[in-house]
Amino acid sequence: MKDQLSWLRRRKRGIKEAKKREMPDGLWRKCEGCSEIIYHKELERNLWTCSKCNYHFRISAAQYRDVLTDDGSFVELLTGIESVDPLGFVDSKKYADRLVAAKKKTGHNSAVLTGSARVGGHLAMMAILDFAFLGGSMGSVMGEKIARLTRMAIEERVPLITLSSTGGARMQEGILSLMQMAKTSAMLAKLDDEGLLHVAIQAHPTTGGVTASFASLGDVIVAEPGALIGFAGPRVIQQTIKQDLPDGFQRAEFLLDHGMIDMVVHRKELKNAVVKVIDFFTDDRRGTAEDTLGQARKQGL
Amino acid sequence: MAGWLEFEKPLLELEQRIDELRSFADSQNIDVAKELHRLEAKAEDLRRQIYGKLTRWQVTQIARHPRRPYTADYIRMLGVDFTELHGDRRFGDDEAMVGGLGFFGDRKVVIVGHQKGRDTKENIRRNFGMAHPEGYRKALRLMSLAGKFGRPIITFVDTPGAYPGIGAEERGQAEAIAYNLHEMSRLPVPIVVVVIGEGGSGGALGIGVGDRVLMLEYAIYSVISPEGCASILFRDAARAQQAAEAMKITANDLMGLGVIDEIVPEPAGGAHRDPERAARAVGEAIARHLSDLEAMSPEELVRKRLARLMAMGEFKEV
Repeated sequence: MKDQLSWLRRRKRGIKEAKKREMPDGLWRKCEGCSEIIYHKELERNLWTCSKCNYHFRISAAQYRDVLTDDGSFVELLTGIESVDPLGFVDSKKYADRLVAAKKKTGHNSAVLTGSARVGGHLAMMAILDFAFLGGSMGSVMGEKIARLTRMAIEERVPLITLSSTGGARMQEGILSLMQMAKTSAMLAKLDDEGLLHVAIQAHPTTGGVTASFASLGDVIVAEPGALIGFAGPRVIQQTIKQDLPDGFQRAEFLLDHGMIDMVVHRKELKNAVVKVIDFFTDDRRGTAEDTLGQARKQGL
Repeated sequence: MAGWLEFEKPLLELEQRIDELRSFADSQNIDVAKELHRLEAKAEDLRRQIYGKLTRWQVTQIARHPRRPYTADYIRMLGVDFTELHGDRRFGDDEAMVGGLGFFGDRKVVIVGHQKGRDTKENIRRNFGMAHPEGYRKALRLMSLAGKFGRPIITFVDTPGAYPGIGAEERGQAEAIAYNLHEMSRLPVPIVVVVIGEGGSGGALGIGVGDRVLMLEYAIYSVISPEGCASILFRDAARAQQAAEAMKITANDLMGLGVIDEIVPEPAGGAHRDPERAARAVGEAIARHLSDLEAMSPEELVRKRLARLMAMGEFKEV
């Protein structure tokens, strides 16, 4: 009883505090990790990470593009591939309506941004999942775009970089979305046959069918700090085993401890880490270390 | 009543009446041939009526039927001289996945499949057919042996899904499945996949990449279980029936979507009503597809397998 009351008191104090520090919209943001109020400009400078607790805010595919690629080098490809509603799927809403809403909300026509870009001077093919578009879920379009992009990487003989942020397969496309796991994985096997590099970046969250396919098939796998990464979601696991989950379960650091990923890298170091891996595995350096550093500085990295 | 589903009750009652009449007639030495004939014709009609237009949820119940033949039953009924092999050489031996060397007719094949338990005790051992990463890694180890020695592969898919647990996550359930998809796509030997019961999501697909994917008439195959879909999208696990309908998970559905290559017919009411007959149909279909595939070079097999996967999905280009 005593404990409960003290908890109530704490909570009350918290509310008062929050009220006092409320700021106009857009200028300030509250850190979801430590509740610190951060000036928007500072957040942007830190690539949307909290300078106090290192919390990584979720960012859009376009923001990741800017984080990872050399200035102005990204050329979007495969823009014309759009979802249909193969099953006529309806849950609480029609899938067709959900698609329209997602397009309106994100300004994009799919949950993955695909293109070619220079990364530290290296030409690479890049696929960036957009969580804002139906939870970054993989349906026929994502499968097709990633498969075709992989084929382009083979044709151009350049590395493939994927960045995942997704809840997994798109249930509204039923079995066809499951098949995209096999489709993307098979094309990555082809990339592997060709002796080409795949760097897989796992951002928060990377779960379900995407983790069980291309996101886990990087020659090198890099994750952002604190990212939730797993096959099943924690809620499903908890319901299945009816036990509390260990602290930090399925977080990037947990996966690193268990040997499932190569490194956990702060967003401000992410590009450098990727560039270094590409530097190592490719012989046709198209930029110099100085260029890379200069570009990184220019971007405020 | 054991082994009968709710929607089968009218048929059950009729079949019981037929049995009673027959034994009564036998004991009393009365000729009831005419009446028996009439009732049997009626039962046949009823059978056609019930099984001819099953809802997707009813098919799901048949696919999960506790008496449905499982992987080990098919291996036995197909007359395979089977040597089971164990372990993934990494962590352990997962009994939710069986695999080994089979002499099947005049062929030598590697067989892997999910294995459900027949009773509670066996189900605990088999984890209800839900494999851990070591199960998928064992399967791949055996399939790679097949690749190395040029033996065809048969896989039997029958799982509610890959196990969602702490150990499974710690040991990389997602990676294990992903890597199987990656490697199965380029094994240089024929792969025939048979979905015999439940094709539960990534856990099914983890041994489900092949040159031919066959599905039993009353099997299901889906991206998530109807219950899982209902709890996420409909916010209510009890609406699994509705989710099963929406996701389109039957053999007929998947044939229409171009995901499977053939539907293997089952006895009316399901494979458990006449397992031997079901197994004969399965064996015949596997042998026929293997004959086709054996005529292809390893390069052709792998090229066509990739092309088959690349054709999966529906979208528009604008």
